[in-house]
Amino acid sequence: MKAYLESIGRSAEAFVATVGSMALMFFQAVMYAFVPPIKFRNIFKQMEFVGVQSLFVVILTGTFTGMVLALQSYNALKRFGAESLVGPSVALSMARELGPVLSGLMVTGRAGSAMATELGTMRVTEQIDALFTMAVNPVKHLVVPRIIAGVCMFPVLTVIADFVGVIGGYMVGVKLLGINAGVYIGRTVDFVQVSDITTGLTKSLVFGLITSLVACYYGYYTMGGAEGVGKSATSSVVLASVLILVSDYLLSSLMS
Amino acid sequence: MIKIIDLKKSFGAKKVLDGVNLEIEKGKITVIIGRSGEGKSVLIKHIIGLLRPDSGKIIFEDMELTAMKERDFNEVLKRFGMLFQSAALFDSMTVAGNVGFPLKEHTDLNDEDILKTVKEKLRRVGLVDVEDMTPAELSGGMKKRVGLARAIVMDPEIVLFDEPTTGQDPIMSDSVADLILETQRALKTTYIIISHDIALTLKVADKVAMLHEGRIIEEGTPEEMRRNPNPILRQFLEGRASGPIKVY
Ligand SMILES: Nc1ncnc2c1ncn2[C@@H]1O[C@H](COP(=O)(O)OP(=O)(O)OP(=O)(O)O)[C@@H](O)[C@H]1O
Ligand SMILES: [Mg+2]
Repeated sequence: MKAYLESIGRSAEAFVATVGSMALMFFQAVMYAFVPPIKFRNIFKQMEFVGVQSLFVVILTGTFTGMVLALQSYNALKRFGAESLVGPSVALSMARELGPVLSGLMVTGRAGSAMATELGTMRVTEQIDALFTMAVNPVKHLVVPRIIAGVCMFPVLTVIADFVGVIGGYMVGVKLLGINAGVYIGRTVDFVQVSDITTGLTKSLVFGLITSLVACYYGYYTMGGAEGVGKSATSSVVLASVLILVSDYLLSSLMS
Repeated sequence: MIKIIDLKKSFGAKKVLDGVNLEIEKGKITVIIGRSGEGKSVLIKHIIGLLRPDSGKIIFEDMELTAMKERDFNEVLKRFGMLFQSAALFDSMTVAGNVGFPLKEHTDLNDEDILKTVKEKLRRVGLVDVEDMTPAELSGGMKKRVGLARAIVMDPEIVLFDEPTTGQDPIMSDSVADLILETQRALKTTYIIISHDIALTLKVADKVAMLHEGRIIEEGTPEEMRRNPNPILRQFLEGRASGPIKVY
């Protein structure tokens, strides 16, 4: 029993230490983000990596999620004779919840793990040390562009996911299940408000920060060769995914 | 001048540096020798601030490097160059990107001038037409020489070389030794070299220091070292498996 409590204590201690040094890295990154010279080239490269290269998975997940939502909500709403509400139901779920969360999780799996792997490799092969010896701050050079890319590109990807999700829903609802096109679109426009979309975008911004910061943190502090790099990648994806889900709940309750 | 005073460093229970005292003279070449795993790399990583000592100090000019703030230390670092034992090339960049990196970061040179300097330095280390290759496409010895070119591209006042000739063939080793001598004489740079290469050591060193069991046990000019009767040093210089140092 005592040993058990001690082990809980130790994990809690480690968790607090991790969160603490992550916060420290975040503050450093914010500080260096405004110290010239600003590394536009690195930033664009990371934006391309996080944004453009994630387009395919995001479009794929967004479309199918919209399609499934239409199908499921049609089945439920039909019982009340409210088929006309399939459109708004799809759009609201996408904009407020599934757009940001699903694209966030997908991009975490793709780009977050790659970030952690890349920085981890740079750590264990002394490339980060080499940057330091060349009087180039590694946080400014490596972490800042990745965090900026995460925070900027997640909302963009979310908008795309929302958009293709609505189109997917329309395809299923109108073309497959035979809801009237005018009703579908009209109801969607009636019900969805700007605040629904901004809620989703605010979430995605936070998710972008979580994924990039967690990935950079684990990558940056990698120890122990190739095995350590693998561990960093896995840990960063697990922690970032959990934090995305938890913060999604918190943000939803704050913004409702 | 760099002065290392009673430097101690352990990793966990493993004592690596156990009170290192060493003076490195300005404008001279100091070679640190010692067996594999004795802590030579650890020692120069302390000089350039990558590792912090458990106790002891490193004084450079009148600054205590081991107690400096990050921002001031960055200014000091701009006067240093370092060749890593592993070369530590950036694998996301080409060879030219690697060698030109410090110029790009710290000078106003345009890309054309940077490339010119890069090509010139690469030629000096015996590499031509490699600018557009990535580090993954180079041999071990070539990587090391690219690292060497990167370490000296800014013409720093102090350069730390971690085993510059390891992985080079005998001809290339001698050419690296010549390069070290030439650049050092031309610019009166302070060079600190770690090496197991006795030929290189005797050819370039103004001073040789031997690290053994966490301390500098002998130091002197190559001539003095050659005449030094210390059996540990003798065994090392002559490269014998039998002697006071046991190989298990
Ligand atoms: N970051 C570290 N963590 C733990 N131990 C370390 C670390 N760096 C070095 N060591 C240990 O310190 C000792 C000295 O290592 P170092 O790399 O300085 O040896 P070296 O003299 O440069 O050897 P070689 O000539 O083979 O390069 C080794 O036993 C190594 O295990
Ligand atoms: Mg070494």
